[in-house]
This record gives sequence, C-alpha cells and structure tokens, in this order.
Amino acid sequence: MAASTGKSFVSRFGVHIAVLVFVVIWTIPTLGILVSSLRDKDQIIASGWWNSFASSSQTEAGRLPAAAAQTQKDGKYVIEGNVFGDGAKRAISAFGVKAAAPTQYKAGTAADLGDGVTLQVNADGNFVLASPKAFEGDRGQRVYYASSAPPKFTTANYDAVLFSEGIGRSFMNSLTVTIPATIIPILIAAFAAYALAWMRFPGRALLIAVIIGLLVVPLQMSLIPLLKLYNGVGTFFGVPSKTYLGIWLAHTGFGLPFAIYLLRSYIAGLPREIMESARIDGASDFEIFVKIVLPLSFPVLASFAIFQFLWVWNDLLVAMVFLGTAPDQIVLTAKLNALLGSRGGNWEILTTSAFITIIVPLIVFFSLQRYFVRGLLAGSVKGG
Amino acid sequence: MAAQIFSAIFVIIIGVGGCVAYFWGANKLLDLVFPSRGVSGTAAVDNLRRQGLVRPWLFVGPAMIILTIYLIYPVIETLRLSFLDRGGANFVGLANYEWAFGDHDFRNSILNNILWLAVVPAACTFLGLIIAVLTDKIWWGTIAKSLIFLPLAISFVGASVIWKFIYEYRGEGQVQIGLLNAIIQYFGGQPQVWISLPFWNNFFLMVILIWIQTGFAMVILSSALRGIPEETLEAAVIDGANPFQIFWKIMVPQIWGTIAVVWTTITILVLKVFDIVLTMTNGQWNSQVLANLMFDWMFRGGGDFGRGATIAIIIMIAVIPIMVWNIRQANKETGGH
Repeated sequence: MAASTGKSFVSRFGVHIAVLVFVVIWTIPTLGILVSSLRDKDQIIASGWWNSFASSSQTEAGRLPAAAAQTQKDGKYVIEGNVFGDGAKRAISAFGVKAAAPTQYKAGTAADLGDGVTLQVNADGNFVLASPKAFEGDRGQRVYYASSAPPKFTTANYDAVLFSEGIGRSFMNSLTVTIPATIIPILIAAFAAYALAWMRFPGRALLIAVIIGLLVVPLQMSLIPLLKLYNGVGTFFGVPSKTYLGIWLAHTGFGLPFAIYLLRSYIAGLPREIMESARIDGASDFEIFVKIVLPLSFPVLASFAIFQFLWVWNDLLVAMVFLGTAPDQIVLTAKLNALLGSRGGNWEILTTSAFITIIVPLIVFFSLQRYFVRGLLAGSVKGG
Repeated sequence: MAAQIFSAIFVIIIGVGGCVAYFWGANKLLDLVFPSRGVSGTAAVDNLRRQGLVRPWLFVGPAMIILTIYLIYPVIETLRLSFLDRGGANFVGLANYEWAFGDHDFRNSILNNILWLAVVPAACTFLGLIIAVLTDKIWWGTIAKSLIFLPLAISFVGASVIWKFIYEYRGEGQVQIGLLNAIIQYFGGQPQVWISLPFWNNFFLMVILIWIQTGFAMVILSSALRGIPEETLEAAVIDGANPFQIFWKIMVPQIWGTIAVVWTTITILVLKVFDIVLTMTNGQWNSQVLANLMFDWMFRGGGDFGRGATIAIIIMIAVIPIMVWNIRQANKETGGH
C-alpha cells in the first residue's frame, strides 16, 4: 500500500516485487506438475523438478566382469571394459567399492584396493582393474559410481497414462458427462428467468426467494434422498441406477438455481422499452423471448455455460455418487482420485494425469476469461 | 466408446430439441385453446387474460419440477431421514444426533470445520484484497491477476495432486523431490510428512483451498475497488491521508458490502469442502471434516443413511444464517421489480 501515492521509486519498486512474489507462489505449483509430467520417470525421483534442466545425478551399483575376462598386460593381470556395458551416455563423477562410501574416489583417478590391486574408472565409464596376481573366482568386483545423466524430456508419460492407465477413456467419459450437463440447463433456466423477470403472476416473489435460498443449499442435503430415489427407480424399472442420464439430470438440477439467478438478474436489466414496443407490435411473450431476449442475453448465457462446464468437469462428489467406477463410466476426477490410491508413489503417472485433467478447464478459462469474470461478478452468491 | 459418444450427442439433441418442442408446443397449445386472434373483441381480451394467467407457469414449469425433485424434496427427505435408523425404516428420534455429538470423528470434524471457517475465508479475502490493490498500480497487473486467478479453474482433485507433490516426503538425507521439504532441507531443517502431522495438517490442506479461492476474492474485490469514486480518493489525498489511512478508512469501508459477499461465499464453500480432504488424507491423522465424514457414512458398511443425513443437516444448519441474509439482501435490492 506504501505506493498508492506512487511518489517514491523504492515504494513503486516494492509493489512490483510484492506482486511478483504472489505470482510466483501462485504459479509454481502448477508449473511443477507440468514440468514433471514431461520428465523421464527415473529422473523425476532422482531430482527435484526445479533441477530438471540440470543433469540429474544418481548413485548406481554394478559388478565388474569375473576373473574369466582377465588378460595379461605388462606383467599384470588386467580386466578392462565399460561399467555401463550398453554405452549409455552418462557421466561418472566419482566411484567406490564399498556401499558405505560409494563416491570415495574421483573419476579418472586410480584407487588402491590393497594387495597392489588398483581400479580406475573414467568419466565415460571405461575402467581398468589391474593386479599383480591372477584374479580368481567367478564373481567380479563390486563397484559403485555416481553418474549424472543429461536432462531428458519425453512425452512417454502421456502415452502411458492416456492409453494404458485409462485416463484417455476417462477423458471421453468426462466429456460425455459435461457437455449435455452444460447445455440442458441453459434453455430451461432461460425460460424460467424470463418469466421471473418480466411476467406478472402470483407467487413470483416467493419463487425468487426460494431460488435464492436454494443457491446455498449444500449438495450434501440432496445426496442420500437422490441415491435412494435412483436406486428405487433402477429396481422398479429393472435398469441400472448409475447412468449418464442420471448424472446429466442431477447436474441440471444442481446447476439450475444459479442459472436462474444469474440469468434473471441479467434479463431483468434489459431495457423495458424494447419489450414494450415489441408487445405493442403484437409479439407474444414467447416471440419476445425467442427473438429479443435470447439474442440479447448471449453474454450471460456464455457466462453460465462456462461456469457450469467448469463445475461439472471439476466435480468429484456428484460423479462418485451417481456414476459407477467401471472404465466405461469413471470420470477424470474420480480416476485421478483412484490413481492417488493405487499409484501413490508414481509421480510420472500422477503429474501427467493431473495435467490432463486440468488442461481442458485451463483452455476454456483462458480463452473465455472475459465471460467467466462477468459471470463471477454478476452471480457471486454461489460458491462453486 | 463410440456408442457412448453417439448417445451423448443423441441426448444433447433430444434434450435441447425436447426443451424447444415443449416450450414452443405448449405456447402453441395455449394459443389454440384461448385464441386471441379471429374472435370477437371481448372474447379476445378474455382469452388474452387467461393466456397471461397460464403462460408464466409454462415458462417456469420445467425448472420448478426439476428443482423440486433435485433440491426441495431431498432437503425435506434428508431432514426426515435424520430421525430414522440406518436403513430408513424405524423412527429413532434424536438418537443420530446424540450419536453424532458423542462420536470422536464427528467432534473432530466439527472442530476442524471451525478451524477451516476461521482461517480460509479470512485468508482468501485478505490476500485477495491486497493483491487487488497492488495489481491495480502496475502495468502488468492484468497478467498478474490472470495468473493468480488461474487455480480457480482447476479441480480440487487436480489441486490436491499438485500440492501433494509439493508436500512429498523422502527420508532424511535422500533427495527431496517435494518442493517444501527441499526448501526446508536446503536451509538445514528436518523434512516432515506434512499431511500426517496432527492439527497442523489441517493448515496444509487449507493452503490448497486458499490457493484456489484467492483469485475469486481478488477479482470481485478488484472490481469493487474500481467502483470507488475517484473524487473520494483524491479528496483523501488532498486532506493529507497516508496510504494506510486511505486503505483502511476510505477503501475498505466503501467496499464493505462486497467483502461480506466474498466472505460468505467462501464460507459456504468451506462448509462443503470434501474433495481436498478425501484425496489428501481421507480424514486420517485427525483431519476429518463434516462433508467427507458424511460421504463416508453414506457408503460405510452398505451405508448408514440416518447418520449421513444427520451430518448433512448439521452442515445445512450452519448455512441457514447466510441463506436468510442472502434472501433479505435480494429482497431489498429487487424490492420494486
């Protein structure tokens, strides 16, 4: 606040810094899963994602070839080769022969292992094990080394998650739930909103009060009776009780109070003259609604559609109660919740799945932010 | 899967088409039953009056039916169920409520909910207000606001994964891949399993909701701040008020109504918070809250509807004051219209 008069350079600078700090704190968490989702899965556990552009180092263990591989050279018995074997491109910074001291010697130096035996491991993985006496036994020397791998980015996690973890299927399920559940309430709410804004009938004030009251009724109040109702209907007609139709209607019901509230306050604010001149020209309420109110209300309809889309897409509670957990019904949020249980430590799977679940809302949000903010300002009674 | 997509498209067409057909057809029918054209003058007036009586109900009818089935009936039914046993067959009086107040998990949930209510709305409103004021002064304020606003689009489950990754714990001495423990370790501290620290874990869960909701508070408050007349602020500056006085004595009182709206909206959200607790701890380590406890009882051992309904009623009771306040505010505003 020190800068509200904007006089001193220091205080203005302070505002920039303060806002920057807030922005960093608010974006870092999301950035973390985005970066991690693109990293190699071994690197995710080897180093923090903020180090992902630096080489990640890890300590590995290996065993050198046994005595059978020895050759004689300059009167010494020598075993040579490369610790990586496959020639993977990693750089060794240090090595050792005891688990307690895996990085005792620097790469490129010769380590004295006692009895005249020396071991040298170079940065590229080539080693020379030399001894004045012949090597014996069929177990080779144990060796530990700290290697660093260059940063590796990959889309393999996305392949794995989309096609073998079932996230791809859940993505389709989420779309299946969300699109009808967004579109169906709009028309129903728009008609009701028009009637509540521009038509006179007994009980109108009461209806408005009821709808404003219903805005804040916790979803929890509806769950048990509706679960019983759905089970009852399912048994009575011999149909499954967990269906897409069921959740479409449930989301419609839960979204309606906000839809009517938001649309009514907008439609009530439309200029009275337009309605009246149309009425004088002989237009019925139905015609006024379709030809004048609906086109003029486009911004608020868009606002509501974005809200409802985000709400339904992000919903977990309603989906867990009204849909099953089989692959053909489980939505993204529920799937992600299930993965948290079954794949708790597999961060390559969790971060990638999480990013897939949030990418659609983020796109909708960024492309239609204007409408979203407008809706938020008009209807800031409902809390998500 | 193709069948599923097809059925979704089919439903959209049927749903939208059905709505259009209903509204159009019902109107047409009304015009046919009470014709206003092609009849004598008095009959036309009479019929127009009758149409005017019926038509509003055609418009609000579908919405009323759905609201009744999905919200009004369930509220009454939940209240009834809270006095019945687990299967909903026998009347048990206040036994469910007595059970609730004696139950360890329930009392823990109530305490945690109070903690959430005390911290989250206040933190969101305060941070939102600060950020709104600060971003108003800089040229890249809009971009900053967009970025802080962004978490609002993320689901609670997604946000939970994001933050679980930040709280991730590895044994001491190992490479910490969770940001928080990495920072702690960098400064020589002891890494912790943050979400299983009783009492404090509540705050680590609250951070997630604050992270999501601050953007909401910021946007609403920012627009309210813009509504303060320029002259008021200028007059204060001329009178020699310092920035803190301007903020606390001019700005805050001017937007008091908006602050109340933001506060109550987040309060209601907090009462319903479920996803975060379910995905982060599922109520373990004393982090249970009412909404998650209710969900738990809905399905535990085949479901105890009596106890589940009782917990829902208690959440509802906490919401009622805000509901009444909202209705009164709305009545005041719309009064004439």
